[in-house]
Amino acid sequence: MHRSGPGALFGPRGWGAVIAALILICAVAPLLNLVVPKGSLFHLSDFSVSLIGKIMCYAIVALAMDLIWGYTGILSLGHGLFFALGGYAFGMYLMRSIGLDGVYKSPLPDFMVFLDWKAYPWYWSFTEHFLYACLLVVLVPGVLAFVFGYFAFRSRIKGVYFSIITQAMTFAFMLLFFRNDTGFGGNNGFTDFKRILDYPIFTPQMRMVLFVLSGLALVGTLLLARWIVSSKLGRVLTAIRDAESRVMFSGYDPLWYKLFIWTLSAVLCGIAGALYVPQVGIINPGEMSPANSIEIAIWVAVGGRGTLIGPIVGAFLVNGARSWFTVAFPEYWLFFLGAIFIAVTLFLPNGVVGLVAQLRAKRREKKLSAKPA
Amino acid sequence: MNLVRLIRCVLAVCALAVGLPAAALTPEQIDKLAAPGSDARAEALNSIAAAGDESAIPFLSALAEGNVQTSVSLKKVLIVIDGKGIDAVTGKPVAKLPEDLDEVVANNVFRRELAAAIATLRLTSGDRAVRLAAAKTLQDETESDRLPLVERAIAKETDADIKALLERVRANLQLNSKDKTIRLAAITSLGSSVNPGTKTILLEMLAKKGGEFVEPDADIRFAAQKSLTEVEGRLTKGERIGQVFSGVSLGSILLLAALGLAITYGLMGVINMAHGELIMIGAYTTHVVQNLVRANAPDLFNWYLLAAVPASFMVAAAVGMALERGVIRFLYGRPLETLLATWGISLILIQAVRTIFGAQNVQVENPVWMSGGVELLSNVVLPWSRIVIIGFSAAVLLLVWLALTRTRLGLFVRGVTQNRAMASCMGVHTGRIDTWCFGLGSGIAGLAGCALSQIGNVGPDLGQSYIVDSFMVVVLGGVGQLAGTVYAAMGLGIVNKFLEGISGAVVAKIAVLVFIIIFIQKRPQGMFALKGRFADA
Repeated sequence: MHRSGPGALFGPRGWGAVIAALILICAVAPLLNLVVPKGSLFHLSDFSVSLIGKIMCYAIVALAMDLIWGYTGILSLGHGLFFALGGYAFGMYLMRSIGLDGVYKSPLPDFMVFLDWKAYPWYWSFTEHFLYACLLVVLVPGVLAFVFGYFAFRSRIKGVYFSIITQAMTFAFMLLFFRNDTGFGGNNGFTDFKRILDYPIFTPQMRMVLFVLSGLALVGTLLLARWIVSSKLGRVLTAIRDAESRVMFSGYDPLWYKLFIWTLSAVLCGIAGALYVPQVGIINPGEMSPANSIEIAIWVAVGGRGTLIGPIVGAFLVNGARSWFTVAFPEYWLFFLGAIFIAVTLFLPNGVVGLVAQLRAKRREKKLSAKPA
Repeated sequence: MNLVRLIRCVLAVCALAVGLPAAALTPEQIDKLAAPGSDARAEALNSIAAAGDESAIPFLSALAEGNVQTSVSLKKVLIVIDGKGIDAVTGKPVAKLPEDLDEVVANNVFRRELAAAIATLRLTSGDRAVRLAAAKTLQDETESDRLPLVERAIAKETDADIKALLERVRANLQLNSKDKTIRLAAITSLGSSVNPGTKTILLEMLAKKGGEFVEPDADIRFAAQKSLTEVEGRLTKGERIGQVFSGVSLGSILLLAALGLAITYGLMGVINMAHGELIMIGAYTTHVVQNLVRANAPDLFNWYLLAAVPASFMVAAAVGMALERGVIRFLYGRPLETLLATWGISLILIQAVRTIFGAQNVQVENPVWMSGGVELLSNVVLPWSRIVIIGFSAAVLLLVWLALTRTRLGLFVRGVTQNRAMASCMGVHTGRIDTWCFGLGSGIAGLAGCALSQIGNVGPDLGQSYIVDSFMVVVLGGVGQLAGTVYAAMGLGIVNKFLEGISGAVVAKIAVLVFIIIFIQKRPQGMFALKGRFADA
């Protein structure tokens, strides 16, 4: 049953949807936002652009989480960390490109001037180069995940144990980044960015560029994830999720499979973080708080884990609800989020996508049973 | 410094109660003292201190408190307390306060001098506590003008502790004497000090400036070196004791926080991310009980904890049992889903507390008998609140152990943990046992909250800061083992405090987390693994 070749990833309807999404992101959204005049019914507001742009970054994270949790059965509570690390890596470049325009007119970022530092610490070297920063975005989360994952998976830490030590790792990093002398701006983090590649950062055009890039990254991640789960690798991963011992007895070493998907997942989070930071204009250690990482899991659970469209749907539903709630009833947002956590785990084990599939199956059944009668 | 403040308060109160006696100070002295920033001011102070007349104290303490005001129109110096003025020279009340009052400002240096002068004068007080406090204030004093008074105080002193303290004060004052034998004797007697200030003084004597010793006399340097070694040894010992104590204290807090988790997670295998919020509920219950007692029976306020302890247990246990019945029961055997659902519960609980009590921290006051501490050495004070909590966590541990090993419920809990199906076959109502067991674990979390409210802030986020720590303790100790939890909590507490001494709090915390992560690599089942075969545990 195993099909190969890129064309086999989706059926014709699937490819149609992908192409439609691409057209929406690359052509329709920019047109509606930049060309259609303000006040027109079809105008896409700047607020919506940055909101959807942000949520698309979250959706990438949710997809990455789905690969490791939905398909491989490993619940990570550290994906917020990888996301933030990617953001920080790219943030370093953004801070360097502020140049002399900071409050203190110094070549150093304001927070370093404030701490009376005279030069950049060694780990800031070369971050003024855009390409090197992009490399860091991939390498920092990737290497951390690889090393951590290697030791964790090698000693066969799994299930809740793994979740808890990833949470401890995230917590430790948050504490570290909250310190001023770590060299990442303490609890204020990085902000006041001015430009990317010499283009000013807060213009409608740049916002659109970042939006399109996030959208492309999301579609790219979706294709990559689809390719992985429909390959032999994906089958082994699912097998590990369902019965790891049997996979071992069949002669596979789960270590490298798990390590690959774990590292890839972390790298995807890093990329999402790097796209996210210029859109919101700030990155601080709050992004690393354990609560954020757990929330990622709930996006996936709401949408439906073990499906690829589910995490994207979940990320949009939960974050859309958040941006509506925090404006309409700021006090009740946590009640609502908490209720989602409970309701989804109790009543919707397969998420919204699973619910839709279930309803469809029921309707089909009814039709079938109705016909003979 | 607190002692100094205490003395000042005591003095101010005395002054008010008695009504100021006619001051022993001459108008010239008072004028000099009321003129800020001049050398004459310090000189006047020293001469007053050297005269040793106790009746100067009220004015000096009023000066230190910032209660002395000058008036140009009256050409008088007044002591103004609570809107009532007293003439500093005559001691008579002033009928009406003039408009042009100007406060006499005492800067920090002068304040210190004032405190020392007051202490010198208090050395001959009849009250032992006042003398002791005064002698302590003088420990870092080097002004040799004080010497005659200190000598006089030593001659009169009958209390051995105060005498020893005063002798060190004298030694301090004699260090700059011209007589070499006096200096040597002084340095040698400083060797018995436990005051960190002494170390600084001795180090100064041994310092080099531009290649030359500050102190030219080799004998004196030798004596100073010897005394320094003694003092340092004693100080390090004090620090060690202090660190071990705060380590044990942190350990006992971790133990309390983790003990409930050791039952719900360790025995039942339920990942309860809302455990921290159950702790928070315990702390808020204490807050409510405290307010109720204060409102209805203020005389019993010192004993409100007697009601708060059972109340926090009951409330947290009730919430826990409701959670078990309502949510967790449906998720047994699905640990990751349990994790997410209980996290959701924790969010709801946090927001609920925020809605009811507000987002700010609430006040929980210590009963009087828990404030203060035991002074072991002069640089080691063990606060009562911490000592009480150590005792409390030991008691809770004992009760839990008894509950699990000596009661019918404990027997059933162990039975269900070891073999649920078999226990069920023997007629144990496993579902009900789960509820009770979860209630027990939650109740202990409530007790932890009650204890934590006595030493830290009580706010909606209280639980969040303990949840990671408590999981670390349980995971490190080994699942299903009370003993492991105890060792892990104490070990983590002490290691954490020692690292804190070396590298600061945050780095210590990170180091401990990294250590745990590495440790779990080596022993995934914790320090005390259950023996047995688990293929896919």
